[in-house]
Amino acid sequence: MKQTFFQKLIITLIAWTAAVVIFFPIFWMLLSGFKTEIDAIAAPPLLVFEPTLENYEAAQQRANYMSSAANSVFISVGATLLALAFSIPAAYAMAFFPTRRTRGTLLWMLSTKMLPPVGVLVPVYILYRDLGLLDTRIGLIIIYALMNLPIVVWLLYTFFKDVPKDILEAGRMDGARPRQELFYLLMPLALPGMASTALLSIILCWNEAFWSLNLTTSDASPLTAFIASFSAPEGLFWAKLSAASTMAIAPILIFGWLSQRQLVRGLTFGAVK
Amino acid sequence: MATVSLRDICKSFADLEVVKGINLEIEDRSFVVFVGPSGCGKSTLLRLIAGLEEITSGDLLIDGQRVNDVSADKRGLAMVFQSYALYPHMTVADNMSFSLRLAGIDKAGRNQKVIDAARILQLESLLQRKPKELSGGQRQRVAIGRAIVRNPKVFLFDEPLSNLDAGLRVQMRIEIARLHESLNATMIYVTHDQVEAMTLADKIVVLRGGAIEQVGTPLELYRRPRNLFVAAFIGSPSMNLLPAHVKAMSESVVTVALPGAVELDVPVESNNLKPDDSITLGVRPEHLHLSDQGQLRGEVIVVERLGSETYLYVQIDGGKRVTIETRGDNPAQIHDSVAVQIDGRHCHLFDASGEAI
Amino acid sequence: MATSHSATTRRVNTLPLISPAVFVLLVWATVPLAMTLWFSFQRYNLLNPSMTGFAGIDNYKSLLTDSTLWTAMLNTLILVVSVLVITVVLGTLLAVLFDQEFFGRGIARLLIIAPFFMMPTVSALIWKNLMLHPVNGFVASVMRMAGLEAIDWFGNWPMTSVVLIVSWQWVPFALLIFLTAIQSLDQEQKEAARMDGARSFQIFFFIILPHLRRATSVVIMIETIFFLSIFAEIFVTTSGGPGLATTNLAFLIYIRSLLEYDVGSASAGGVIAIVLANIVAIFLVRTIARTLEA
Repeated sequence: MKQTFFQKLIITLIAWTAAVVIFFPIFWMLLSGFKTEIDAIAAPPLLVFEPTLENYEAAQQRANYMSSAANSVFISVGATLLALAFSIPAAYAMAFFPTRRTRGTLLWMLSTKMLPPVGVLVPVYILYRDLGLLDTRIGLIIIYALMNLPIVVWLLYTFFKDVPKDILEAGRMDGARPRQELFYLLMPLALPGMASTALLSIILCWNEAFWSLNLTTSDASPLTAFIASFSAPEGLFWAKLSAASTMAIAPILIFGWLSQRQLVRGLTFGAVK
Repeated sequence: MATVSLRDICKSFADLEVVKGINLEIEDRSFVVFVGPSGCGKSTLLRLIAGLEEITSGDLLIDGQRVNDVSADKRGLAMVFQSYALYPHMTVADNMSFSLRLAGIDKAGRNQKVIDAARILQLESLLQRKPKELSGGQRQRVAIGRAIVRNPKVFLFDEPLSNLDAGLRVQMRIEIARLHESLNATMIYVTHDQVEAMTLADKIVVLRGGAIEQVGTPLELYRRPRNLFVAAFIGSPSMNLLPAHVKAMSESVVTVALPGAVELDVPVESNNLKPDDSITLGVRPEHLHLSDQGQLRGEVIVVERLGSETYLYVQIDGGKRVTIETRGDNPAQIHDSVAVQIDGRHCHLFDASGEAI
Repeated sequence: MATSHSATTRRVNTLPLISPAVFVLLVWATVPLAMTLWFSFQRYNLLNPSMTGFAGIDNYKSLLTDSTLWTAMLNTLILVVSVLVITVVLGTLLAVLFDQEFFGRGIARLLIIAPFFMMPTVSALIWKNLMLHPVNGFVASVMRMAGLEAIDWFGNWPMTSVVLIVSWQWVPFALLIFLTAIQSLDQEQKEAARMDGARSFQIFFFIILPHLRRATSVVIMIETIFFLSIFAEIFVTTSGGPGLATTNLAFLIYIRSLLEYDVGSASAGGVIAIVLANIVAIFLVRTIARTLEA
């Protein structure tokens, strides 16, 4: 549609207003992290103030924060690696050697993702308690890997399918044996897709806020639980909350911006193209 | 030596039989073209030879050795794909030397072969580019170069020109013909375009529905088509086909009755014909002329002027339409009433089942 | 090419490649489910692990006659439907907006999708404190500057507040999905419509909206499945209150199991949640199946 400059201007105005309004709470949080506690709760709210790094320093020093952050990283990466370990061979097999059952298997896998976690809270909790997995990082890794497995398999499957079949055939005509085909052709071509799948998995693990709240207490609690502890606080804490939150979400925000497209593919199971 | 023999080759996908009993000998250094309409099985046949599909039954021999169970990477063949199938993450040079790398040839040896192939195809300046930076024609040449470098027993081409625009297609056709000449290798070429088949082949294999309709040199197929399908498929514009029936026969001449009460003597042996048999008469556009003594009367409905030739589409009495090839300066116009002269010596007769008589 | 793209000639045994993933998911999908079912028929108190026997359908009976359950179900319904409506409507409008060319579109897009990548606990707390706090919150200050009285959001409008937070997080999701769908619409269709004399408004109604039907149903189904389990936002802000005002099914199960230790009742609730989710899941899987064929 050919727009007039004026139309473009109006649209710019409306769109940016929406973007700013929606982004505002995050912006405000970012800002508040640099305020003193007194400034943070000032009413009317302060746009201009003397910035300070004391909150960030305090957060870094708080042992809880560092260990929670470490937990988040360990759990997210661990669960992703575990999920990939199971998913890569499965997706490879289904993409390149499909059988009549492939489609059904994929659909069934996706359907397991639709189980509401709350429905199995009780048995999982009891099971974990009896197995000594409560409040352990391994415990969360296992459950996150299971929850994300369907999405990871699905995404890898679509990325493997995207590799044009005749490139692999050309490789075969050039004399490549299966291992060489995999190493020289498939991996380089599927690597970007695998990377963004891993990224999506990390995001989902990092932000997961059901099992992390219910299955951990102190040792293994990731950042989601740590931040949750700010909900029953004493005294002034807004600025510290903001600083801690900013640090908690910053990496994921960036990852998320990078993997937008995979998000759509992954979370709608390809039902929307 | 690089001969290929197909003995009773059949291929089925699930319950669908796609290739039905192909028997074919491909001589060393010949250029054989598989041609036919979409779905005739020509690409499948090529892929069976390549080893990319499994042969359901029958024997495939390369140089006298049965290779049914030899995997594609070990058959010593090279294939140029319709989509070129270049490795997008490698440079042109790496694309071309990939097979050598897999074979363990050292860097110096690889470089030399790549440069030699690049020279033949004029790719020297493009060696460090990636496929996405190349035009369609350039990519195609890289695909061919990749095949040349391997010095294979047989070159396989799977509709390599169909993704190019018309002008480029003609150019590349010439290049491929010259390549065959200079490399002196066996080449098997698949296409749906009968012009490519006619111009490139030593031997053409016409396929339909998974079976061979006719094998022969281009001129053989043109002058002596074995059945209606080949007659109509080979030659552009295609042969005119008119329904007719047998009026009378003698030992070496058949008198044929055409619609519009026209009779014609065609010099063929009348083997199994009887009077009143339904047959089809075929005559090529270049063998029809406009003349006052013409037996068929009709009206010009379309005139196509190509400059060097003019094609006239004439609706003759009796309802049928014929195509006539005339000189470029023929003055005929739409709606002209014309008489078409037809010479029995240039006609082909086909019986009721479509076989040539 | 007329050849069909069937499996390649290499015969590879795929079973060992797929079975680990399938097996593991099978266990995950069946064992906890079976246990929930089992527990729902038991009398079991977490504090006192010795099972006290078969309860038959007592748990279900008491649960279904308990008004708390019905309040929770109602709250779940309100929560899910409200957020669905808000996200779908806003998502569609914003998607149409962002489909247009405007200055700085790339950056604006990054800003507007940011909320979806926030941890739910962070989102909830930021809203509860920095934004909606009746005294020091940003919204309160703005309202006071406009001469209005500040609202105690979580005190007086708890459900609205929770809906607000969840919607804020999920509108970007809907936006992304709808935007992807809109951009898959063939430009030529819109151009043909314009040639036929359609004005922007008509193009929106007659071409864009129908095209979005598939995306809308997918968004609704996926969001519903997720929303049935909304937990963190409630946990961190209202803890289900005041009273039961924001207790949804998920939170009720949490209370019953981990706070009241009544496993039987919680399991029964869990079964109900699973049944609800399954109903939606069936439709979703069917839709996905259709795209897999395509």
